[in-house]
Amino acid sequence: MTKKIIIEPVTRVEGHGKVTILLDEAGQVSQARLHIVEFRGFERFIQGRPYWEIPVLVQRLCGICPVSHHLAAAKAMDGIVGVDKLTPPAEKIRRLMHYGQMFQSHALHFFHLVSPDLLFGFDADPLERNVIGVARKFPYLAVQGVMMRKYGQEIIKATAGKKIHGTGAVPGGVNKNLSIEERDGFLKDIDQMLAWCRASLQIAKDYTLEHIEELADFGSFDSNHVSLVRADGAMDLYHGNLRAITATGEKIFDQIDYQSYFKYIAEEVKPWSYMKFPFISSLGPENGWYRVGPLARINACDFIDTPEAEAARKDFLSITDGKPNNITMAYHWARMIELLHAGEKIRELLNDLDLQGTDLMAKGERRGESVGLIEAPRGTLFHHYKVDENDQVTMANLIVSTTSNNTPMNLAVEGVAKKYLSGAEITEGLLNRVEVAIRAYDPCLSCATHAMGQMPLVIELEDAAGNTLDRRVRD
Amino acid sequence: MPPAIPSTGGCAISILVIGYGNPGRLDDGLGPAFAERIQALELPGVTLESNYQLNIEDADLIAQFDVVVFADASVDAAGPFDFQALEKKDPVIGFSSHSITAASLLGLAEELFTATPKAYTLAIRGYDFNEFGERLSAQAQSNLDAAVGFLAEWIKTQ
Repeated sequence: MTKKIIIEPVTRVEGHGKVTILLDEAGQVSQARLHIVEFRGFERFIQGRPYWEIPVLVQRLCGICPVSHHLAAAKAMDGIVGVDKLTPPAEKIRRLMHYGQMFQSHALHFFHLVSPDLLFGFDADPLERNVIGVARKFPYLAVQGVMMRKYGQEIIKATAGKKIHGTGAVPGGVNKNLSIEERDGFLKDIDQMLAWCRASLQIAKDYTLEHIEELADFGSFDSNHVSLVRADGAMDLYHGNLRAITATGEKIFDQIDYQSYFKYIAEEVKPWSYMKFPFISSLGPENGWYRVGPLARINACDFIDTPEAEAARKDFLSITDGKPNNITMAYHWARMIELLHAGEKIRELLNDLDLQGTDLMAKGERRGESVGLIEAPRGTLFHHYKVDENDQVTMANLIVSTTSNNTPMNLAVEGVAKKYLSGAEITEGLLNRVEVAIRAYDPCLSCATHAMGQMPLVIELEDAAGNTLDRRVRD
Repeated sequence: MPPAIPSTGGCAISILVIGYGNPGRLDDGLGPAFAERIQALELPGVTLESNYQLNIEDADLIAQFDVVVFADASVDAAGPFDFQALEKKDPVIGFSSHSITAASLLGLAEELFTATPKAYTLAIRGYDFNEFGERLSAQAQSNLDAAVGFLAEWIKTQ
């Protein structure tokens, strides 16, 4: 009998993830599917809205990375108003906002979600393996996580105007600079933040190296990698051109102007998922899927233009002899390198007098179509719009980073299931490991709707006829 | 960064009201709408905060207050709203870092900052969540009015 095992966290009114593990006749794992119920109405929602509203409106899409959507949309709308180059103060304010977002997001993910797994082990009691458990056993780390997240949030507030629904980036520039008082407030704490970044990086590195044999076979696989890089090949999280590399580092395409991304990236639809499956067009859907995010960015760039993060990048690649690292759990180490990079960039920007400049807006000739790309914390974020002569949006296409990581997350779950599933029972150990593999990608699960009355994790085991064979609830 | 010291406006205790949810998702915006309405009342000693979700840095925020009210939309509360004292609870680790529950936040504030504010949840019943749109349903609006009236009176008793 064919059996279907379902692991379903019902954590939102809608917009939840569900894992289905399909067994073959012999009871072996044949396939695993991560279903992310992505809300599909947003692109229609913004049609008909005036283009200047879009950078604010798109923040409704996501409660955890609104700044990334804000900036990607603003970059697209720069194109709509004919601006290809911002004034230096405007670009630097936006970059500071973006690095603040990267800083808080990476810190939150590491301390809130990942550190319990790394500090207590995958099999530790879930009642201990959480952020409160970290607070009890490693209070200095938990405080560090809270204060780093807060620091990044305060940078967002100072540059975007407020923590939510920021209005800082507008088509063609920004609407405020950074005051001396704001700057000095952030400078006062930046050395402490950088010290904490280094400590976090050390934890991620040490964990990876200590468990390298286990992790190399933990939901890992060779993949292509896609990210923005600067014209000289440097990592650039705010702006650049598209690069795709193979699992061994050969370039598939390079320095592609993202205005023509659709010539290089296509999207496949599968009947069992609401989510699309992007792939590199020239390789086709079977071989063209790719990873985005910290691991892809560290693998794809030639160097990082801040000294401490660059040293950490070289250290990271030394374990793979300079070739791309394809270990799924290495995402955490890569993410902490980016955390340090973001911290270094914040310090660099805070010491730049352009942040107090007053030349905040550029102008150009109005266009009808534009694309904005940014390297969001979870990976490359695509915003593509068409605007008519009445200034109304007529077409929007968004590819969020979790969509790009769709196939990799499915493969990671499948790999873990094949290794750890025994019989037809969802053991605690399997459940833990499936979650750990998904968490490595820091997926965005159709954000922001979360009314009280949520349900905890639900696990169901069903046979081919849809009969529930087993059901577990973790609460 | 040193935490901002909340003004009590001459009141004996400091009260924080956090309204959270996504205003772009219909009735999920009840929490922020509630925060906005309470703020407009300019009640002494009451500080308002509004966000999409609760998150770990809010532990530092709530640690600065004597009383915290968490206001959110509810999919299943008895209408028009449900007001309950809140006890701390350890979180369950999940897939996503997108949010933390109010009960977990309370536990985190105690563990990290030895702060034990009195806490309450105000669950305002909503009905429409599954579309994008910046509007409340008529019944949710009515429930919001009732919740605002209740809390404004309740705060006077503190």
